[in-house]
Formats: sequence, structure tokens, C-alpha cells
Amino acid sequence: MKSSKVGPWLAIILGALYFIVPLIATFEFSLRMKRGQYSFEAYRIVLADPQFRATFLFSTIVALAAIVVGALLVVPTAYWVQLRLRRLRPLIEFITLLPLVIPAIVIVFGYIRMYNSSSILPLTSTAAGTNVLLTIGYVTLALPYMYRAVDTGLRAIDVRVLTEAAQSLGAGWGRILFRVIFPNVRVAVLSGAFLTFAIVIGEFTLASLLNRPAFGPYLQLMGANRAYEPSALAIIAFAVTWACMGLIQLVGRGARGATPVR
Amino acid sequence: MKFLELEGIQKVYGPNTVVQDFNLSVDKGEFVTFLGPSGCGKTTTLRMIAGFEIPSAGAIRINGKDVTNLKPNQRQIGMVFQAYALFPNMTVADNVAFGLKVAGQSSEAIRKRVGEMLDVIKLPQFGDRYPYQLSGGQQQRVALARALAIKPQVLLLDEPLSALDAKIRLSLREEIRSLQRSLGITTIFVTHDQEEALSMSDRIVVMNEGRVEQIGAPFEVYNFPRTRFVASFVGTLNILRGKVVDGASGRITIDDQQVIAGRSMGNLQNGEVRSVALRPESVTLNGAGEKRNAMQGIIEEVSFLGAVVRMRVRFRDNAISLDTFNNPGAPPPERGAPVTVSFQPEDLLVLEGETH
Ligand SMILES: Nc1ncnc2c1ncn2[C@@H]1O[C@H](COP(=O)(O)OP(=O)(O)OP(=O)(O)O)[C@@H](O)[C@H]1O
Ligand SMILES: [Mg+2]
Repeated sequence: MKSSKVGPWLAIILGALYFIVPLIATFEFSLRMKRGQYSFEAYRIVLADPQFRATFLFSTIVALAAIVVGALLVVPTAYWVQLRLRRLRPLIEFITLLPLVIPAIVIVFGYIRMYNSSSILPLTSTAAGTNVLLTIGYVTLALPYMYRAVDTGLRAIDVRVLTEAAQSLGAGWGRILFRVIFPNVRVAVLSGAFLTFAIVIGEFTLASLLNRPAFGPYLQLMGANRAYEPSALAIIAFAVTWACMGLIQLVGRGARGATPVR
Repeated sequence: MKFLELEGIQKVYGPNTVVQDFNLSVDKGEFVTFLGPSGCGKTTTLRMIAGFEIPSAGAIRINGKDVTNLKPNQRQIGMVFQAYALFPNMTVADNVAFGLKVAGQSSEAIRKRVGEMLDVIKLPQFGDRYPYQLSGGQQQRVALARALAIKPQVLLLDEPLSALDAKIRLSLREEIRSLQRSLGITTIFVTHDQEEALSMSDRIVVMNEGRVEQIGAPFEVYNFPRTRFVASFVGTLNILRGKVVDGASGRITIDDQQVIAGRSMGNLQNGEVRSVALRPESVTLNGAGEKRNAMQGIIEEVSFLGAVVRMRVRFRDNAISLDTFNNPGAPPPERGAPVTVSFQPEDLLVLEGETH
């Protein structure tokens, strides 16, 4: 009886240590910039660095763009698959999983080949074009998460009946999508959005190889040249990611528990 | 010219023909019910009227206009679904307002119409609630208000009451009917519940396996079924095996007791064995009246249903159910008691086609 309980606990503790010890060590290290005392000096320097602000802002904007594009791509697709193309669902699921299997470096080399300055669509020859490419790349990387989240959200409502109800009331596709479908998968889209954000904010490969001033390459640059600041940055990035996860939980719970009775 | 016309409608899915040769004309303001067992094509036919399915053949006209190939959002049809189908993200008022907004009405006109509709369904205080805060019956009333708010040409209801419990079902049945009458809206109501069909409809379309079996007023369909299917599907029916003795005069024998059948589907050949139908309520116990057919049998079972006592009487191979009114002064006979049952020749209907 007792040993059957000790085993799982041991596993949990070992697992937790595996994750927490490096985190604590990093955090502890990041506080040691000033000799002989703990301080947030490294954080102060990092946050005051204009490079930090510029790259973080850039990555945030790209993340938001990727979220918008991703939602506009995924929601109508998942909706249509659920409504009319049920048989294609396994295929679509497979396609959305591909970014997990194909390394980002392969994707980005593909992009560079396809869209270089001598191609039909020379996206990489301008900064704006490259930003578009970067955004699209992030949409691809986030696709598995976005699609899954939205698909689950759509399964929770009766898509077909709601669509037909709206149609019989005279609504066209645009109105059905934006007034009926989107609002009802809002929570799913949001959790997909936070995951997208978490992926994009620290992403290195795409941003670096497309040579964009994003937060990921900045992290790498700092890591290669400084001692304490990288630890502080790692902790900050970690906090941002966790804040995203927390927000998913919060939004998810809020939507279910909401009781707007007056 | 009729208001809603279905002409030679057919629907084929791959190798299956699910609706066949469906013809129906509905008057303006009429309440017509599609009645039939599960899978007989009621929903499919309704969805073709709504425009969610396109017929494989045939034409649908509303008010003289051919709508066969129009999109659902161009038909001005109100639809109520079994699963309510309210928009979960909108309040009751916004649900009712949805179609009006689509039609581009002014917000003042919308507010007024929503108020009217909420009054009509007797939920004036519920405008700010969300669907999940309503009972099933309330949700279905909101769905009805939402469908009616746009003043549709035709109202279609697909088993709107079957998800509700018995009490609500009854009261909502009456509510829908009186609302339909007062608005004078042409309505098609789908159900597999014969009691619902009989109590609500101006006319009933009895369907079986994708075909129309009979179209008629409830009284007609119940009392004068034209096919064996209609006879057995609408109402409770005793089906007996009878042997024709003399086809011309309708004399037949049931377990060697001779009776006269006043009605028959198709000709009777002397000596053939046919199925014979008799409604429980046409049979009297112990020859209380001057009914012309009488048979001897044994009480096999007695069930006390309150106002009505249902008994089962066995002859030899055949048995029938019959209903008597409860009478505190005369307790029902015991099981095994010999009795005489009587009925009029007109109540004995020889069914067409094969014996069972
Ligand atoms: N999209 C479809 N593809 C293939 N067959 C279908 C389709 N829709 C309906 N059917 C078939 O058509 C037949 C009639 O279905 P329908 O839904 O009209 O029946 P119903 O009378 O409404 O039954 P119920 O009372 O169970 O709702 C069924 O056999 C069904 O399997
Ligand atoms: Mg049906």
C-alpha cells in the first residue's frame, strides 16, 4: 500500500527537480552580477538596453501578426472541414502536424530558395517582404497548435446546425464566420494565440537566417558575449512564456465560469 | 394557385433514393405535418424546402416563385431545429434580432420587433439572458421567436418538441399552434409522434420509406387510412387474420367466428386469408349496444389506465385490445372470464395486399 504511493511521488519529485533545479540555478546566477550580494542589476541592464526593447517589440509585433494571419487561416479552414469536408479531416490534421516533423531550418532554407531576389516573388529582397515571410513562417510553426485548439473549440459547438440557423435567417458566409463561428471559438483562438506568442517570442532559426532583428537572435547574441545578462534574459523569456500559459488557463476558465446575470 | 408547392420531388444519395415522387400543395396559413417512422425522409424533404439540400428532381415553389435552386439565405424561411440551435454567444434579444440585423433594419425597428416577439413567446424579461441560462422549453420558444421575427413566408419545424419532457411538450404544442393560427403563417411540422400530428395539424402527410402514403386531415387519416401502413402507423390498431367467406357481402371468419367487414382495401377473393384491422375504441364489451358483429373470447389481460381500462381478449389464434371507460359502479371482468365483444361492420377494415 505504502510503496505503491512512494513510487509515483518519487517520479514526480525527480521530474520536478529536473525542471526546477536548472531554473533556480539560472535565476540565482542572474542575481549575482554585483560581487558579494544579490541584486537585480543584470535585469536593470537588460531592460535598459535599447536593443532589448527594439527586438522584443519587433518579435511582439510579428507574433501578433502571425496570430491574426493564423486565426484567419485556421478558423475558416477548420470550420469548412468540419462542415463540408469531414472525410478530409485526417489529411488536414496530417498537414497541420508537418511543422512538428520538418525542422525550421529546412523550412527557412526552402523559403530562401523559393523567394530569393531572382525568383518570381522576390520577398527576401526587401525588409518588408522578409517580414512578411517571417510572419508566414511563424504561422506555419504555430499551425499544429492553432489548428488543434480551434478544431477542439469547433467540436464543442454544433457547427452545422448553427450555420443552418444563420443561413435560414438570411446570413451569408462572412457574417456566419465573423458573427457566429469566431465568437464561439474565441477561447480556442485565444489559447492558440498564446501558444503562438510563446513560440514566436524566443524563436531563433527563422529570424536569424532571414536576418531579422528579432528577440531570439538578440538572446543568442547576448548569450555569446555576456555573462549574467543571458541568465536574466532567459528568466524573462521564461516568465513571458509562463504568463502566456497562465492567460490560457485564465481565459479558458473565465469563459466557462462566466455568469453574466444581473 | 397554392402557396407552397412541391412537385415530383426526389432525392437520391448515391445508390439510395430517400425521397421519391413527393407531391404536396399547401395553402397559405395551413399547418401541415410530415408524419412517419425514423429514416422515412421527413427531415430530408424539409431541408429541401429550406434549401439545405437540392432535390435530385422536381420543383419547389413558394407563392408562385420557383425556389428549387435558391440558396437557403435567399428563401425567407423560418426554421426551428430539434436542438434549438440558438447562438450561444448572443443574448436572447440578440438571437431574436439576428435575422433583422441581416436584413439591415434600423436599430429602432429591431428593438421594437424584438420586444414584440419576446412578448409573443411570453418571455419579455429574458432579453438579457444567455441561452445556457434558459430551460429547454424556453430555448425552443426563443428559437421560434427568432425564426418568426423576420416574418418568413414559410415556417419549418423539425421535431421541435422531441428534446423536451412530456409536460412542456404538451403546452408548447398548443402554444405553437395558437401562435401559428394568429399569425396565419404557412407551416410544415415534422414529427414521428402520431399524437402530435393528429392534435396539431390541418393536414397530415404520412410518409414511409421516402414515399407519401396518404395526405389528409387528421380525422380522415385516422378513420379512413388508405394503406395498411397508414392504418397501423396512425393510432393503435388490432390486426387480425381473417378468411374471406363471401367477398361480395364482406363476410369473413376470424378463428372460425363469422363477422361482416364493412370496408376493404381492394377486392376480396373468396377463400383468401387477409389482414383485418380494428381500432380498440370501436369494440364494445358484452354487446352493450346494438352492434352487428359479435365474437366470443376470453379476457387475457386487464390494464387499468385511469379514465380508460384497456383489455386484451383472446379468441383462438387472434387477440384484440379494446378500451372501455372506467366505471366505479362496474369493476372490469377478471382474467380468464369468458366475454362477448361487439363492433360495427364499418369498423372492420380489410387491409390491402399480403397477409402478415
Ligand atoms: N447526407 C446524407 N447522405 C446519405 N444519406 C442520407 C443523408 N441524409 C439522410 N440520409 C438518409 O436518408 C434517409 C432519410 O433521412 P431523414 O433524416 O430524412 O429521415 P427522418 O424521416 O427525418 O428520420 P428521423 O425521424 O430519424 O429524423 C435515411 O435513411 C438517411 O440515412
Ligand atoms: Mg429527422
